[in-house]
Amino acid sequence: MREHELIVIGGGSAGLAAAIGAYENGLKDILIIEREGELGGILLQCIHNGFGLHAFGEELAGPTYAERWIYKLVGTSIQVKLDTSVISITKDHTVSYSNKEEGYVKAKGKAIVLAMGCRERPRGAIAIPGYRPAGVLTAGTAQEYVNIKGYNIGKKVFILGSGDIGLIMARRLTLEGAKVVGVAEIMPYSNGLPRNVKQCLDDYDIPLYLSHTITFIDGHDRISSVTISKVDENLKLIPNTEKTFEVDTLLLSVGLIPENDLSEIAGIELSSATKGAIVSNELETSVPGIFSCGNVLHVHDLVDYVSKEGENAGKSAADFVLGRTNSETELIDVTCSNDFGYILPSKIKLSGDSPVEFMYRIKKPMRDVTIGIYSGDTLIRKITKKTLIPSIMEKVSIQKSKLGSNDIIIKLIKEEII
Amino acid sequence: MYDYTIIGAGINGCFLAHELSKYDLDVLVLEKGPDVASGATMANSAIVHAGHDPKPGTLKAKLNVRGNELYPSICKEMDAAFKLTSAFVVATNEAELSVIHDLHRQSQTRNIPSEVLNRSQAMQLEPNLSDSIIAALDLPSTGIITPWEVAFNLMEEAILNDVKLNLNTKVLSVMARPRTCYIDAKCSDSKYAYEIITNKGNFIGSNVINAAGVYADEIYSMLNPSDKFTITGRKGEYFILDKLSEPIVNRVIYPIPSEKGKGVLVVPTIHGNTLLGPSSEFIDNKNGDFTDTETLEYVRSQVKKTVKNIPFNKVIKTFAGLRPTGPTGDFIIGESIDYPGFVNIAAIESPGLASAPATCEYVMDTIIEKQVILKKKKTYIKRAHLPILYKMADSEKQKLWKDNPSYGKIVCRCEHISEGEIIDSIRRPLGATTLDGVKKRVRPSMGRCQGSFCQPAIIEILAKELNLSVEEVKLYNEGSNVVIKGEFN
Repeated sequence: MREHELIVIGGGSAGLAAAIGAYENGLKDILIIEREGELGGILLQCIHNGFGLHAFGEELAGPTYAERWIYKLVGTSIQVKLDTSVISITKDHTVSYSNKEEGYVKAKGKAIVLAMGCRERPRGAIAIPGYRPAGVLTAGTAQEYVNIKGYNIGKKVFILGSGDIGLIMARRLTLEGAKVVGVAEIMPYSNGLPRNVKQCLDDYDIPLYLSHTITFIDGHDRISSVTISKVDENLKLIPNTEKTFEVDTLLLSVGLIPENDLSEIAGIELSSATKGAIVSNELETSVPGIFSCGNVLHVHDLVDYVSKEGENAGKSAADFVLGRTNSETELIDVTCSNDFGYILPSKIKLSGDSPVEFMYRIKKPMRDVTIGIYSGDTLIRKITKKTLIPSIMEKVSIQKSKLGSNDIIIKLIKEEII
Repeated sequence: MYDYTIIGAGINGCFLAHELSKYDLDVLVLEKGPDVASGATMANSAIVHAGHDPKPGTLKAKLNVRGNELYPSICKEMDAAFKLTSAFVVATNEAELSVIHDLHRQSQTRNIPSEVLNRSQAMQLEPNLSDSIIAALDLPSTGIITPWEVAFNLMEEAILNDVKLNLNTKVLSVMARPRTCYIDAKCSDSKYAYEIITNKGNFIGSNVINAAGVYADEIYSMLNPSDKFTITGRKGEYFILDKLSEPIVNRVIYPIPSEKGKGVLVVPTIHGNTLLGPSSEFIDNKNGDFTDTETLEYVRSQVKKTVKNIPFNKVIKTFAGLRPTGPTGDFIIGESIDYPGFVNIAAIESPGLASAPATCEYVMDTIIEKQVILKKKKTYIKRAHLPILYKMADSEKQKLWKDNPSYGKIVCRCEHISEGEIIDSIRRPLGATTLDGVKKRVRPSMGRCQGSFCQPAIIEILAKELNLSVEEVKLYNEGSNVVIKGEFN
């Protein structure tokens, strides 16, 4: 069995950055395993711009952003296997994979970085009633058909869910000449970034039906119409609010889920809040030497943050392999009150002096918010925000010396719910 | 001129076609759908029931018990999965407990293994039984299968042995003709032969087997409007859960049966998923296999009565199927009195799947043996085994890959299905021609992403293998194209 210092699972934005991060921190024998035929991951089908403002100080299209990172591999000793699928990972870092060139083989990594990204929630996961015709697909699948393969997927389109991919595809299909007749969102607010609502819907007069969901998909062979209904504050359907739209296509943008099948096989502890691994501030999972970063850890809004997290995971993996970490140190827990979707990291190693970057998401939109980060009962950081919305991940960095040795909790001090 | 024309390629049509293919007979199968197993055989609970609950004296009781005996060996012979799981009928109060004792006694008289367990005994075997369960009837001879796999394999072997299968062929009319017109007819007693008029031409059969599922009444009334029976679609809606790290149940969990049937069940599947359902509602529209909010909510509330801790956040799919329910409460199996040579296998609702091999045996023994002289074919071709990689050890997969590298390329990441297996599913004798056809044969898109990732790749493999454009590839039915023709707008 071939052994590497580091195996990175996934060659998208997180995996590329992790490999670079590990290389720059002293590892030489690094292998990236990528299931598709090219590096870059989902960025390759994100042909719109808006990537790279933080990482490169300019707005790039997805493939260009990916290319910048791929070029960083040139001249390094980082190896890449394309068209290669990982089938399992064990606790002792054995990676089983397969491809056309080698068949079914195993390799071992002194450390492993998980960077498998996320997947879209399909129709079945939210049990949309009705028939099961052709023409119902997730926004990301539609994006692949249109942007990568160049196929036409429909002419009259409805979109369920206001996630960013759905919004981006509303604009994309409009520019291709399709008619997007509306977007329905079950929550009273959009789940996409505000700039996407503006630039992808408002600018094209595409109606956004907030507090609405689909109650029926009609069409035995190809979809012929969707019916939507209004929901109340408890998300229960309000009778006699149905509207029917004749369409030939329905796109779903109803949530992204970190793709942790392999993490589960490896016995890694997962968080029910993020659906990603429970990690320390070094992005180490519950299995020593296995690290997690990017959308497989938690779903990000900006790829720039994914890359940053990938680099950090790569550095931590290098520290692990080169014996620069102290595995004996005590960890403190980080939790959040019920107002928050999640906070990361879940655990903090108190040794070392690098600051800890906390990432958190609120559950409901709020304005004039004051947030407290506490060490036990002691307030160690107060943050005030004009507005907080679920679609934007917030970050705050705190010096380790300020953290104390008690468990950390993030709570609201004052808020006004919008 | 065919000796036998079978209308409908569901589980019963497939069993009969396979059995008849062993003999020196010309057999034609007409199927309205684009594939075998496109009706009730596709959408059901996939259980080989023990035979404990059909009413005494019914064909349902007799054929279910016999079918349960036959399935393990038939699945082995046909290279189809069969898993003996056992089942519990669970009781929540004293009245239900007495029903359990009745079912236990009934099982004993039918020689079905059964045992009444108290709560703690039952909980040891099924720790997620709901808190209200006070006792369970254990039925260890209950098994599970993948119904369409059995149907595909039977029909495939039938095709290899010269049965002709015409898909996308809808019967429009059936007419009795004087037999004297057709001198080569093998059936001696009947004065009729049957002309079947379809959207794809006309066919003449000495004998006809009507196994048309929810449409069996319409087919028979085309021939004999004066002796018609009525089949009503009775819809069942289901949820499917993703594979779980710890199974929620190890065996089939039935509530106490009612006049609506066996009730809403929790069922482990062959591939490690969990099935929740079915509901039971009569419906006018025989195409009406849609789900609706209220019924799905009903299914959710019902399964919670028997099993707790069901992770509804792991639902990956919902679907509906129609049971062909007849007027008598029993199967309708027999030769028409007015039209000898025309055989109905109708009203095959539950336990129709569990009974299917016995139904075939019964039809052969009581009807077909009297209609024709059965002479075994001199040579009989067994279908080839197709590799299923996820079940294999790495060393076996490696051997396959050496001969064909496409077995090394994983296309479906959720179920770990290789490109080689997808190509096999299209090239096999009863090959897939649609996305759903591939999915039913080798499972890509059956997993948690439901095809979001692999469908664009599979559509291109299908187009290449079948020499079609991607725009011509269908999800399933005519008109269900995924990628549409032409420029936008």
